[in-house]
Amino acid sequence: MIDVTVNGNQEHLSATTTVADVVVRFCPSPDGVAVARNGDVVPKSAWPSTAVRSGDRLEIVTAAAGG
Amino acid sequence: MAERRLPASRRGPLVVAGRELGSRLVVGTGGIPSLDVLDQVLEASGAALATVALRRVDPTSRGSILDVLGRRQVAVLPNTAGCFTAAEAVLTSKLAREAFGTDWVKLEVIGDERTLLPDVAELLDAAEQLCDDGFVVLPYTSDDPVAARRLEQVGCAAVMPLGAPIGSGLGIRNPHNIALIAETCSVPVIVDAGIGTPSDATVALELGCDGVMVATAITRARRPVQMAAAFRHAVEAGALAKEAGRIPKRFYAQASSPAEGAAELDVSPD
Repeated sequence: MIDVTVNGNQEHLSATTTVADVVVRFCPSPDGVAVARNGDVVPKSAWPSTAVRSGDRLEIVTAAAGG
Repeated sequence: MAERRLPASRRGPLVVAGRELGSRLVVGTGGIPSLDVLDQVLEASGAALATVALRRVDPTSRGSILDVLGRRQVAVLPNTAGCFTAAEAVLTSKLAREAFGTDWVKLEVIGDERTLLPDVAELLDAAEQLCDDGFVVLPYTSDDPVAARRLEQVGCAAVMPLGAPIGSGLGIRNPHNIALIAETCSVPVIVDAGIGTPSDATVALELGCDGVMVATAITRARRPVQMAAAFRHAVEAGALAKEAGRIPKRFYAQASSPAEGAAELDVSPD
C-alpha cells in the first residue's frame, strides 16, 4: 500500500494504483476533469499508464461556478 | 404592412481570435444560485461565452455547469481565479485546457486579497508564457492603458480592464482610462469587474469598448434572469449609441426649440 495526497486528503491506496484508478474512485464522471501530479498536468491519454507513487500529491479538478 | 425595422449596430459582432461571438456580453457564472437559474440567465442574456472556475472535484455533486453551457451552446471560458503567481496561473490554464478542451483562458493573477486587484507584473509574465504556448489569452487587468498595450504586445487576444474591484458594483471608476484603452488597443477591449448595473455596461460600450463581462451584478441580483435580460439590452444600447455619436457636452444650455418665429406675447403682470 502507498500513501498519497488527493485533493488535500491523505489516502491509503494499493501499490499498483494508476492516475486513471484514482479518477474513477474520486469523480462521478471523468468528463471535464483534469489531474495535476506533483504540480504537473497529467494528460488524459497518460492516466492509465501513469503509476501513482508513495508521497505523490494529486489534484483532481473540474468546472465550478466562477467569475 | 411592412414591418418597421429598428436600426441594428453596424459594427458587426464581437470577434476574438478570429472567432465571432454572438453577443458583446460575457457572463460570469460565479455566485449563481443554481444550475437551473444559470440556464435561464444564459438564455436571457444572449451570451455566447461564459466563464467557469477550476476547483477540486466534489464527489457528491450532481449535474455539471458544463452541461448547462453545452445545452445553451455557450462556449466555456475558464478563468484562473484564485491564482496569486504566474506559475499558478499557467498551471491552472493548462489544467483547464486538459479538462475542457479549450485553449481559451481568462487570465487572472491577483495581487491583493482585500481588493482582488491584478498583479500586472505576474500577469504579463503568465500572459507571455501562455501566448507562446498557443493559448488564446484574455487577461483581467488594471485600468492602465500602458499595461493593456503591453498585454497586447505579448500576444493577448483581448484585454479585460477592470471598471472597479471584483464584486464591488462600483461601476467604471476611471472612464477616461477605459476610453484610452479602447482607443489605443487594436484587440477587443472587454470591461471586466466592477459593473454594478446595466447602465454601467452601457457606459463601457459608449466609451468605445467592444464588450462587457458581468458576473455578480447578474448572479447576485434579486432577480438574476430579469437582470440578465436588462444587461442584454444595455449592451446593445451602448453599442448603438457609440455608433450613433453622442452630442458634445456644454457648460451652458442650448435651446432645442428655435428662437425664431416665437410669438410676441404682450402679457403684463397684474
